[in-house]
Parts: sequence; C-alpha cells; structure tokens
Amino acid sequence: MAIDIQMPALSPTMEEGTLTKWLVKEGDAVKSGDMLAEIETDKATMEVEAIDEGVVGKILVAEGTQNVAVGTVILQLLEDGEGVEVLFAPKEISSETATTPPTPAPEPVASKPEPIPEPAAAPVQSAPVEIDVPAGTAMVETSVRDALRDAMAEEMRRDERVFIMGEEVAEYQGAYKVTRELLQEFGDKRVIDTPITEHGFAGIGVGAAMGGLRPIVEFMTWNFAMQAIDHIINSAAKTLYMSGGQMRCPIVFRGPNGAASRVGAQHSHDYSSWYANVPGLKVVAPYDAADAKGLLKSAIRDPNPVVFLEHEMMYGEIMDVPDLDDYLVPIGKALVRRVGSDVTITAHSRMVGRALEAADILAGEGISAEVIDLRTIRPLDSDTIIKSVKKTNRIVCAEEGWGQSGIGAEIVARVIDEAFDYLDAPPARVFQKDVPLPYAGNLEALSLPNAQDVVVAAKGVCYK
Amino acid sequence: MATKPKTSKKELLHLYREMLLIRRFEEKAGQLYGMGLIAGFCHLYIGQEAVVTGVNAAIKEGDQMITSYRDHGHMLALGMSASGVMAELTGRSGGYSRGKGGSMHMFSVEKSFYGGHGIVGAQVPIGAGLGLANKYLDNGKISTVFFGDGAANQGQVYEALNMAQLWKLPTLFIIENNQYAMGTSISRSTAQKDLYKRGLSFGVKGVQVDGMDVLAVRDATKKAAAHARSGKGPMILEMMTYRYRGHSMSDPAKYRTREEVSEMREEHDPIDMAKNRLLKEKWADLDALKAIDKDIKAIVAEAVEFAKTSPEPDPSELYTDVLLEVDA
Ligand SMILES: Cc1ncc(C[n+]2csc(CCOP(=O)(O)OP(=O)(O)O)c2C)c(N)n1
Ligand SMILES: [Mg+2]
Repeated sequence: MAIDIQMPALSPTMEEGTLTKWLVKEGDAVKSGDMLAEIETDKATMEVEAIDEGVVGKILVAEGTQNVAVGTVILQLLEDGEGVEVLFAPKEISSETATTPPTPAPEPVASKPEPIPEPAAAPVQSAPVEIDVPAGTAMVETSVRDALRDAMAEEMRRDERVFIMGEEVAEYQGAYKVTRELLQEFGDKRVIDTPITEHGFAGIGVGAAMGGLRPIVEFMTWNFAMQAIDHIINSAAKTLYMSGGQMRCPIVFRGPNGAASRVGAQHSHDYSSWYANVPGLKVVAPYDAADAKGLLKSAIRDPNPVVFLEHEMMYGEIMDVPDLDDYLVPIGKALVRRVGSDVTITAHSRMVGRALEAADILAGEGISAEVIDLRTIRPLDSDTIIKSVKKTNRIVCAEEGWGQSGIGAEIVARVIDEAFDYLDAPPARVFQKDVPLPYAGNLEALSLPNAQDVVVAAKGVCYK
Repeated sequence: MATKPKTSKKELLHLYREMLLIRRFEEKAGQLYGMGLIAGFCHLYIGQEAVVTGVNAAIKEGDQMITSYRDHGHMLALGMSASGVMAELTGRSGGYSRGKGGSMHMFSVEKSFYGGHGIVGAQVPIGAGLGLANKYLDNGKISTVFFGDGAANQGQVYEALNMAQLWKLPTLFIIENNQYAMGTSISRSTAQKDLYKRGLSFGVKGVQVDGMDVLAVRDATKKAAAHARSGKGPMILEMMTYRYRGHSMSDPAKYRTREEVSEMREEHDPIDMAKNRLLKEKWADLDALKAIDKDIKAIVAEAVEFAKTSPEPDPSELYTDVLLEVDA
C-alpha cells in the first residue's frame, strides 16, 4: 500500500506552511531519514524526512506552494516492490490550500492564540481608546516580534554602547527570531552568542553595565533566568542603593515569559509577581506591538535595571505601530484600552487581549467594562487604577500567573487602601489554577484563565 | 585501532534490538508530532542510541539514571514500557506521568529513572545527589547522569563535580557530546573542546569514547562503574555522538550541512555498525534481522495504538499531586 506523507506540523502552533522545495523526484528510492522536502514557516525553514523506506510515487503538492495546511498529503511513497499503478488518481487539493502563491502575503502568524475580536460598536457605553500619537501619524502593521527587534535596532543605531547577548541571538537569529538580522547589521561585537550559562552571562551583563555599557541580556525564556535570578536581584537591583547612589547598572533583561503552548511545568512559568516584588527593578510587560516597541526603547534608555517580560504567544500577532522615527512609551504608565463605566478590569501582557475580549462579551450583556492595560508592573500606576475604580466602583484583576501574592493581590490591596469607600462589591481576581502547568491538552486548558473567566468574575462583582 | 571489543551473539543481538527499538520509537514519535498528536517540545534521540544502550549494558539493575529532556531512549533502555512513554507524549492518562509531565518529564521509581529535566544542566547536581544517597545508604549502587555538550558549560556542573570528587560520590557524569546545543556547535560555545578533561582541576578522571559504537560505550562504562562502585569517586565519560534530527521538532537546521548529517548516518550509524558485525560474524542473516525489525515495529505499533486510545486525564487530576497530605 502506498504511504501518504502529510504536511507535518513542526511547531506546536504551526497551521500551514510553504513547500519551498522538493529534494526528491518521482521514482527516487528513499530510506528512512532521507530528506524529502524543504518547508518554511514564519519561524524557520525545515526539512521533511522520510520515516519509511520506499520509492517516491506521486508528488501531490508542487514546489513553491504557499499556505499548505498541516495534514495535507504532499507525497505518496510506494513500499517495496510496489509499482506506480497502486496509486489512485492524485487527490485534489482542497480549495483552502492554494496551489498558486497568492499576492505577497504578510508574514504568516505562527503562534495564534484566540483571536482578539475587533471591538464592535458597543451597545453600551464602553469604547476602545486610541493611543497617544500626533494626529495624522501613519500606522504600520508589524508583528510584536518585529516591533521588539526594531526597538533594539533603533537603540543600537542611536547608542554605540548598546549591545545584546544571549543564547542563539546571533547566528541562529534568535530562538524565537526576535533578534533577526541584528547580527548582519551590527556584527558580532554587538550581537553576541553565549554558551548555555545564564548565571554567568547575566553576571557578565551586570558587570558590563557597571563598566559603562548598555547591555540587553536575552533569556531564551524567563524560565531559564531562574539560573540567573541572583544576579538580577542581588547584583543588578540592589547596587544603586548599596553604593549610596554611586554605582549605576543600566541593563535590560528580556525574553518571553509565561505559558506558551503545551511545553509543560518547567517551561511555562509567569514571573511577573516575582520581579514585581523587588525594589530597585523596573518591570515591564507589554501587550501590543506598539507598546512592545515603545517600552523596549524606553527600557534600553532607562538608567536602571529593567526586567522586560514578553509573551511567546504574542510574537506572531500583527498590530499597528506608529510610523514615527522615535516612538517612546513611558515606563510606569498604564493605558486605559477601553473606556467603561460599570467595572474596571486590569490585566497585563497577553491577558489584556482576553480582558478586551471579555469586555466585548460583557458589552453584549449590558455591562460596560473599562479595561486597563498595566504595561508596567513596577512601578505600578496606581493612579490610573484608583481613578477608574472611583468611577466604576468595581474591579476585576486578571493575570496569567498564580494568584497567591500575585499582581492582582497587590492591586486589590491598593484599591482597599485608597478607594475602599468607593467599592460597591468585594474586588475579584482571575488567575491561573494553583498547580504547576500540566502538559495534557485538556488539563492545560483548564489551568489557564480565559476571557470567559473574566466575564464570570466581572458579572460577579456587578451582581449579575 | 585495537582489536574489536569482545561480545557474543546473544549480547550483540540484544543490544541491536534495544537500539532499534529506540530508533523506531523515535521515528514514530516524530510522525505523531507531525500529525498533531504530540505537542510542545519533543526531542528525539535518533543517532545517539548506542550511548544509553551501551551504558545500560554496563551497569547493574537498581543503578540510577537521570537525564535531560532528550529522555525517551533512556526510558526504553531501562525497560520502561514503550506504551507508557508514548502515551505520555500524547498527554494521556496511561502515560508515565498520567499526562501531566509530557515528553520532557517522566520518571519511574521502579526502574530507577529519575527524569526527564527541562532546565539545561539541572539534572547534573541532582544526579550527584543520588550518588550521595547511595554512599550514605551504603547500598552499593551508582548513579549515572547524562547531559549534553551544551549543558557541560553550566556552572552547576562544576559545583557538582567538585563536591562529587571531594566526597567520592559513586556517580558517572556521562556527557552526550552530539556536537550541537540547539544551533550552537561546540566550537562556538566552548574555549576548551575536550569535555572529558573538564573535571581535571578537581581530580575527576575522564575518558573520551566513540559513542556511536555500543560496545566501546559498554566497555568504557564498565571500567568507570567499577571505579565509582569501589569508592574511588566519580568519573566523566565523554561520548562522541551525533543527533540526526533537529534539536526539537522545529529546527531550521541552518547551522550544519546536509552532507555532514548524511556522512554521519552513512558512515557512523550505531545500528548499522552492530548490524554489520552481526552479519560478518554470521550471528544473524538478513532474514533474522528483518524478523527483529518486524517484532519491534509491532511493539511500537502497539504503543502508538495505546497512546492514541488511552483517555485524556480526568479533569480532577488537575489538582492532584501538588503536595502530599500530612496527617495532623
Ligand atoms: C537553563 C536553560 N537554558 C536554556 C534552555 C533552552 N535549551 C533547551 S535544550 C538547549 C540546548 C542543550 O544542548 P545540549 O546540552 O548539547 O543537549 P542536546 O540538546 O544536544 O541533547 C537549550 C539552549 C533550557 N532548557 N534551560
Ligand atoms: Mg548537544
């Protein structure tokens, strides 16, 4: 029987890819391990290997075909002694999988969390908010990944002292392609591949900062920065204070934080509240591409150590970034992303998308939610939150990490302190279940908070 | 080269079988990943089969093993069930961690397998700690800790080596030098490439071994195990090996040439090497080898079937196993 070779998924989030090149032709004998074809996703180019022995029968998807869905049969392999006659007429490729390349597509989005619906004309008073840029500024569609890269590139052009180091940041172009093309532009003096030695290179980064440079230290993910946390806290955060204000440590530690997709307990940790606990650090966690860019630029210029928490599942999201030469977003300022009157919802990083989604659903049910994107977690912009609570009299604090001593716990404490008399209901929190993140798909889904959880909490505080 | 390592028909057939099981299992895992049945990270051991198979042939039952995320081969070598491993890869309740661990995190108290660790280098001091427990309990066991060439640069490896030698812990530090850590070749990550020398300043002896030759691995490990078991302390074994596949499933593979990979699989394949010796010594003919292959395919097929049909964990499992209950 002929063996169907399908378009494989090569990453947890891949849905389709381009079949760039066939490495075999019909009639070729192949054995297990031979390369059959080259395929491309937005993250990488990869090879498809043969798993079984046989003879290449029919090639069903032509080289150069874009948007080939995972699971599409791309080739039929004939087993020992089989002739081509066992093949049925080649199956038609379904119309969803285009056979001719469409007009230059935008970079395909690899990691696709739940789409964030465009807030529709809300039936209740609750409206999306425009960001603060000069009137008439053009917007450029940019992925969060490229926005971060652009921020680093711009700052490196502006200031010779800025350099980046980390695992796979240079030749490999970044494990998640955030440092793509930086090596090509800035060379290996300023884009430095390190061995897998987080504790060591975080310390070297701190030393370089003290020595007058402006390091950006990339952690492949923040999970691995646990190896280096001593330097982030003891060496970077405390130096200014311990030196009576003499010694500076201008450094950015950055990388993806929190749960990605099915990578299990040791690779899915949200550190927001850990670093938020430490005086001497600034902690930033942007949601959209514009903030990713503007805040990272500010972080690089900041004279203090900044912990910059990104989200792997947001890297591929394409969003508007203002087309300005030098777009800076100030650290320490939250953003009201949607104005509302019945309940305040706070969130940061990917959770902002879920909160906006929830606000949409709530609008449909007659509840007007105000959504605050914290953007910076330390220093926390209490003013914006308190002002909002004084208006709505209700608050839901949403975050992806665990609840105990979490960001929500801190916000609730501040609200109780500063706006207790304005509250019409006890504050509510939404957070990850209090267990290590499980691998199994169903359990993982149960663990992480979603828009529906925010909706339920918001209705709860509204007594609806 | 010296004379060929001694072996017997029975032993070599056994080792061949073990290696082939790992190979076929991993090929299938790669396929299931492509079909979306396995998610997240999935690090295949293809190309490195001789390392764990040879080590396992040289240690005793009850000796412990601990390794990184590239762990499927170690579990199969220790005799953990292919079905239980595969079902963990698919995140099902029949998996070794009941679906809660995934590809990188499995354990077996029964088979003395201490995991499956996702943080590069973390297993190294833990493995030395198993050695400490063995010495403390005077149980005659040794621990074997496997880690990569990339992991060999982590600071905690050196902290562990120092203490292991200081306290003469019965631990083997087995470096699986497959030449790459993700996309970083060893020459781009280390100032001193002879990893077996990495313990010298602490007085830890090391040897470099052809990790593609299962018998060479067996022999080197036997000597080192005797050293460790006799109270002389730890040793380093640097196994020179190669991974054929990408680091995990998504790997652009731009850091090495296609020729380099095919040269390794054509000229140095550990399974082919065993097969050629079996044929040459007339311990097996092609039909006998085909029969073994068929057997193994059946085992793997059964594992796949189990891994597909075993149910997802019950939602109540979400909250179990966080802490043990303690009687008041
Ligand atoms: C502390 C830490 N840093 C980074 C990573 C990401 N990472 C996973 S595997 C790997 C490469 C390890 O290479 P090596 O030790 O040679 O083992 P191999 O994968 O070749 O078996 C990296 C950088 C990690 N898991 N843990
Ligand atoms: Mg390696």
